[in-house]
Amino acid sequence: MKIHEYQAKDLFRQAGIPVPAGVACRTAGEAGAAFTQLGLPLAVVKAQIHAGGRGKAGGVKLVRSAAEAQAAAAGMLGRAMVTHQTGPEGRVVKTVLVEAGSEVAHEYYVGLTVDRGRGAPVLMASTEGGMDIEAVAARTPEKILREVVDPEAGLRPWQARRLAFALGFPAAAQRAAQDLLVRLVRLYLERDASLVEVNPLVLTKQGAVLALDGKINFDANALYRQPAVLALRDLDEEDPREVEAAAAGLSYIALDGSIGCLVNGAGLAMGTMDTIQLAGGQPANFLDVGGGATAQQVTAAFRIILSDTRVRAILVNIFGGIMKCDVIAEGILAAARETHLAVPLVVRLEGTNVERGRELLQHSGIEIITAASLAEAAAKAVEAAKGVPA
Amino acid sequence: MSILVDRATRVLTQGMTGHTGLFHTQQALEYGTQVVAGVTPGKGGSVELGVPIFDTVAQAVAQTGANASVIYVPPPFAADAILESAGAGLPLVVCITEGIPVLDMLRVKRALQGTATRLVGPNCPGVITPGECKIGIMPGYIHRPGRVGVLSRSGTLTYEAVWQLTCLGLGQSTCVGIGGDPVNGTSFLDVLKAFQADPGTDAVVMIGEIGGAAEEEAAAWIKAHMTKPVVGFIAGTTAPPGKRMGHAGAIISGGSGTAAEKIAALRAAGVTLADTPSGLGAAMAKVLEHRGLLARARA
Repeated sequence: MKIHEYQAKDLFRQAGIPVPAGVACRTAGEAGAAFTQLGLPLAVVKAQIHAGGRGKAGGVKLVRSAAEAQAAAAGMLGRAMVTHQTGPEGRVVKTVLVEAGSEVAHEYYVGLTVDRGRGAPVLMASTEGGMDIEAVAARTPEKILREVVDPEAGLRPWQARRLAFALGFPAAAQRAAQDLLVRLVRLYLERDASLVEVNPLVLTKQGAVLALDGKINFDANALYRQPAVLALRDLDEEDPREVEAAAAGLSYIALDGSIGCLVNGAGLAMGTMDTIQLAGGQPANFLDVGGGATAQQVTAAFRIILSDTRVRAILVNIFGGIMKCDVIAEGILAAARETHLAVPLVVRLEGTNVERGRELLQHSGIEIITAASLAEAAAKAVEAAKGVPA
Repeated sequence: MSILVDRATRVLTQGMTGHTGLFHTQQALEYGTQVVAGVTPGKGGSVELGVPIFDTVAQAVAQTGANASVIYVPPPFAADAILESAGAGLPLVVCITEGIPVLDMLRVKRALQGTATRLVGPNCPGVITPGECKIGIMPGYIHRPGRVGVLSRSGTLTYEAVWQLTCLGLGQSTCVGIGGDPVNGTSFLDVLKAFQADPGTDAVVMIGEIGGAAEEEAAAWIKAHMTKPVVGFIAGTTAPPGKRMGHAGAIISGGSGTAAEKIAALRAAGVTLADTPSGLGAAMAKVLEHRGLLARARA
């Protein structure tokens, strides 16, 4: 789960991590008032969307008066902002953060995530802050410093010292920098984060160490024990079909092809998408109905797939292990009737009770194209979709 | 021969009295697995499906001689269940539970360091040695005893591969689902080493997917050490970056973990890759034939 920058900074503040003074605003008027409230000659107005690349998209503006702050906010609020991470439709800005400007002496990068190979969280830091850190890692890997974190103990003081000295913080700022690193790791562990990133972390000309930007992602599996984090969720930033699917216990990701897919199991669902592409088509979605889907879930899955108007055919691929094929067949038939299915339906069933399932489909009176293997099903779905006008 | 489990394996089920635990214990018993104990705190002394239930793993081990555990405990309690089995000294723990917080698994991983316990999973279908021992949620009937090892991060994709092998008369030595989570107990590498060392395994099907670098790590080892043929498939060629495909591990992040990188690494290691899961069985038959192993694999 992602949250906005202003929410991440609130969590930083609560964790004792210094951030610039700032106010989250929902109207241009509020943004003007916030500038006055900050009482500084310079402020930054930052669009709040769940995507990076805001600076280049005009989502970060320096302002020198309440009027300028108001104008900058008015230019962002209510508009769709397109960055390299949003897709062409962009994201509508509903909140701006008006923040005290800082006089930056140096920018650093700090990030914390799980290193899957090591099976441990790793704190990464670099003196090349403010840049695209992946580009830094690719070009000059020696400039990325790493500390492996003990998930029980957090970042040890000596690790914080090693990192802060290696980054070259001046003596007067050492303590603050080390303290910030320890607190960042503590926040990550206490809040079940999957990513904490500060880019840039800055040393100001006055010698203060500040998190100038902040990004926190959370482990969806741990939200049950993080109610305060869950409360920060912004459903407007998520695809409504993905939200509906999650509520029905399904895993759905919208893609931009024309073949709707309904599959049990994530790996098989990806394998099905790949096979569609190999057959010359494009999948409209990833949809995993999970291990023990009910007829109701199958119906919900059909509804979600069909709400995508680009879908020209549906491919159902079920390998019934624990999930029984006859139960799935009943779900498919109920869904086809309820949704008045108007596009071709290709079904490949295999596994437990497959004979019974195939029989149900055959005698249903609903036109269903059956297939014996995944490759055959994909080829038939691609062919069937061609016959449906766009 | 086989790896990890065989007919001598004595299984205890943690969370046996729940809906899922009961169903799969019954399936395992019907398959012929020796399920010798169940563990549900507070229900010790009762009997379910003819299997004695204990309050703690330690009691169950002491009284039944169980040497493997399977976990169907809900996510908030699953990490503790793994540690309880490790604490009781069990050499094999298979965790089926899906949705365990990553931080819990990081702590489990750290706690298991230096112990004799091998964890398989979590978020996996389990381990089966066909005809001998089934630990987990895979449908038993699709398997057939034989000489092909199967290894996968994905559940249903494993069934797909196994079913094709069985339909072609190619039985399996052992099938291991290592699970789809970003942090798990047993890696591709661990299982490949075991298959390479197992005289009952002639060839291996390895099914990977986007996310992480476990397939690349496996490829490097295959290239350097593996003499048995490996046939593979990597799911997620069409998956877009930044989107989690179902379970927590399947994600292309920051341009790494792509199917293309994994496929290139495996191909360079001499692995035969199928371009669709539909082609796994046929690809394996061809490889076995090429090596003169087909008749033996079908025996």
